[in-house]
Amino acid sequence: MADVMKFDLVSPERALLSGQAKSVQIPGADGDMTAMPDHAPTITTLRPGVLTVELTDGTQEFAVTGGFAEITAEGTTVLAERAYPKASEHREAISGHLEEAKTAAASADGDGKDIAEKLVSDIEQLLENMV
Amino acid sequence: MPSLKDLKLRIESVKSTRKITKAMQMVAAAKLRRAEEAAQAARPYAERFNGVMAGLAAGMAGSDAAPLLMRGTGNDQTHLLVVMTAERGLCGGFNSSIVKLARSHAQELVGQGKTVKILTVGKKGREQLKRDFAEAQIGHVDLSEVKRVGYDNAQGIAADVLARFDAGEFDVATLFYSEFRSVISQVPTAQQVIPAKFEDSEDDGASTLYDYEPDEEAILTDLLPRGVATQVLSALLENAASEQGARMAAMDNATRNAGDMIDKLTIQYNRSRQAVITNELIEIISGAEAL
Repeated sequence: MADVMKFDLVSPERALLSGQAKSVQIPGADGDMTAMPDHAPTITTLRPGVLTVELTDGTQEFAVTGGFAEITAEGTTVLAERAYPKASEHREAISGHLEEAKTAAASADGDGKDIAEKLVSDIEQLLENMV
Repeated sequence: MPSLKDLKLRIESVKSTRKITKAMQMVAAAKLRRAEEAAQAARPYAERFNGVMAGLAAGMAGSDAAPLLMRGTGNDQTHLLVVMTAERGLCGGFNSSIVKLARSHAQELVGQGKTVKILTVGKKGREQLKRDFAEAQIGHVDLSEVKRVGYDNAQGIAADVLARFDAGEFDVATLFYSEFRSVISQVPTAQQVIPAKFEDSEDDGASTLYDYEPDEEAILTDLLPRGVATQVLSALLENAASEQGARMAAMDNATRNAGDMIDKLTIQYNRSRQAVITNELIEIISGAEAL
């Protein structure tokens, strides 16, 4: 069994990270999951949360706001709509998304309201994690 | 025959024009490099995204559970054309060629009795389409304040388009932009975004069976709106690179033309000056002979 796999983190504007990873912790829409080499092929959507990548040379953490992850036995690709290194200077950008999400939640109704409110609470949680 | 002074003035004015076009060419070259890099940096995301979507879409094709964004509203009466052009001119045929493609498309659709609505991105397209399709224009996105197009801009446009789709304003949406092939070649392109089409299903790796979490339908519902934003973004970036490429080529031409013109005018100037000198000499000599 291989003990490393290929990992890519890409955002719409550019590729953020590419390298060999031992494991990747993904904030999936249905709950967190950790992808390791030889994982069963899976596609999952992301909720706002912290993405932790254990690379061969250290661990990196990113705050992501949405998108999806494609996991295969050989590697993992995370396509994040927005991704910031998990550091306090990026809190402001995420707070901006929180405001957006709150306005969206206020105007949504029915099923959309639940989804929008979940998004708000996910982002709040993420902000707390980033302190 | 213009006087010597007139010629001199004209040469000066063409020279300063050449300076300006030369400067614009160099600015465009610098911007082009950046725009090209941005377009390239965005490619991996778009490719991966389309790959996954193609796989998902193939699995859902024909199913009634497929989201509206994918299977369409079931008819194609109203078309939305999203025409993306530059905010500025002086870039050769760049804007006109996109508008020309959009216009012929629109005329064809009108000829078939369809309703056409136009959303313009970029000032130049709006101006050019105003004459023929003033009442079809339903909106305009102004990017003149934007220095570098980013995902936020694309998302804004996509959100606008999706809101109109949800409100039932149109059935089919097509993007018009210019694809960047090289500095000298930009190809105006039409791309349908709603209902979503995924052409590159040459995905041989489609044999891998994925687990979907949550289920396929939920993922598609979540991803399709993002797909629109992704496509808008790549169109915007391609357009930005094309615009600078076209401007660079146009300004290079203009600089060369100005050089040719200066050469011609200089020859003319020298000839007239020589003619004046010869005339004066003849007058002096014939005056001396008369004595």
